[in-house]
Amino acid sequence: MTALPVWRPVERLGRVDRLAVLGGVLITLVALSAVLAPWLAPYAENAPDPLHSLEPPGGAHWFGTDLAGRDVLTQVLYGGRTSLTIAVAVLAVSAVAGVTLGVVAGYAGGLVRDVIMRITDVFLAFPALLLSLALAVVLQPSVTTVIVAIAATWWPWYARLAASVAASVATRPYVDAARCLGVPAPLVVLRHVLPNSLTPVLVQVSLDAGGVILTAAALSYLGLGAQEPVAEWGLMVQQSQTYFTTNWWIVTWPGLAILVTAFAFNLLGEGLRAALDPRSGGARQERATKESTSAEAAATISTRVIR
Amino acid sequence: MIEVRDLRVRYGPRTVAHVPELDVGAGECVAVVGESGSGKSTTLLALLGLTEGAEVSGHVRVCGVDVLTAPARRLREIRGARVALVMQSPQAALSPTTRLGVLMRRALGLHGVEAGERAMAEAVEAVLLDPAILRRYPHEVSGGQAQRFAIALALALGAEVVLADEPTSALDVTVQAEVVGVLRRLREERGLALLMVSHDLALVSTIADRVLVMKDGAVVESGPAARVLAEPAHPYTRELLEALP
Repeated sequence: MTALPVWRPVERLGRVDRLAVLGGVLITLVALSAVLAPWLAPYAENAPDPLHSLEPPGGAHWFGTDLAGRDVLTQVLYGGRTSLTIAVAVLAVSAVAGVTLGVVAGYAGGLVRDVIMRITDVFLAFPALLLSLALAVVLQPSVTTVIVAIAATWWPWYARLAASVAASVATRPYVDAARCLGVPAPLVVLRHVLPNSLTPVLVQVSLDAGGVILTAAALSYLGLGAQEPVAEWGLMVQQSQTYFTTNWWIVTWPGLAILVTAFAFNLLGEGLRAALDPRSGGARQERATKESTSAEAAATISTRVIR
Repeated sequence: MIEVRDLRVRYGPRTVAHVPELDVGAGECVAVVGESGSGKSTTLLALLGLTEGAEVSGHVRVCGVDVLTAPARRLREIRGARVALVMQSPQAALSPTTRLGVLMRRALGLHGVEAGERAMAEAVEAVLLDPAILRRYPHEVSGGQAQRFAIALALALGAEVVLADEPTSALDVTVQAEVVGVLRRLREERGLALLMVSHDLALVSTIADRVLVMKDGAVVESGPAARVLAEPAHPYTRELLEALP
């Protein structure tokens, strides 16, 4: 007899495509370089050296120096700590809160959905920066303030996305079949609605990573978040953009860091999407039985009223 | 196993199904036939207490449980464990992100059925499937395999009653025969009570003991399958029979 089924998350992860692996490797490298910044950085963090202000990339300063004479490579390495912390914290808080509320709203429908969605609408109705400014009045400008402010304006989008997907998933025959098997509503949500609603959210999360970093930069620019001398990629871009035509290196390196990080998150998101959705992916399709019939495309059972 | 008296399912003022009397005993097969919209599937759902939003009245007893008055928890206990529903579109009824074996193990765990891998393998072998299918995702199996898996799941759970909603209409002819063969054998060997909804009179004639003919939510004729199909009393039944290719 053939060996019997075992759920193998490792096997699933093993199917992640090469580009996703590249994304994972890039994110790991960026994260490692941020964590190991004190050991990797050639100079001390925030060490101004006016005598070497605006030096182009060279032997002493691989990425050049900024207006204050600080080593740009050092600032980029340390800046990764702040930017990645903000991106990861904002996305984690927003996605968990948004998806939880969205999936519940989408599955439950009726009054529950109305209440959750109206709360979501209230948050969406506030311009993000205005809401962030209001929060900054209450909270002290800091990285934590940035995280709270961005997460407060970010989660409703995930809630909306998850609610619409979950509402669609909730009418699928396999959800009805689960109810017919006597599966209680919380388990139906956890085992059937949630896993089948996650794909678009994961993709969105991966796409949002770069946006969060840039939004954090905008907030810092307004004096609500990371402030000098804290190194942060967005802040570095924001502060040095006027030098782009004359001293390109000050803005280019932190900009490239944001670009590479956002790109890596996108690759990883796409890979995760493929890994979590067993219907996608060429190799697995090839394994599909040859017995498949045209009847597989036949009409699905009406989901009518099985709620 | 199934006892129905004067079942009425209404959505607003409209009665979508009215079944005056329906009994299915162990080892019996009763077929409900009629065209789309005649109330067949609604009747099945009413037996599981799953017609949410509808007003349901009458007397419905399934496996000794009064479906219309039993608390939700009691109904969840019999759904799947004692009464299984085999749906029309077999693959669509299986969660695409879950392997069949995981799905079966979870269903068994939910109802407290102690079943090891051997027992799960036996359940799928009983419906003529290779146990290796338990490692596959729904998109990796054919429609016939998925439908037989649904029946295997019912068997593994120890269901005494199988409600089948157009169990073969989404399958091609050869696969239909396989599924019908499995249902017939299990009914004879294990004494399953089978209530099947179908618009396929040819299929019904091969498996059903008794037939209910429904039209516009009402039962227009009922009786032994041989008699109803050979000497239909109602014009609508004659129409259905004449429509056979």
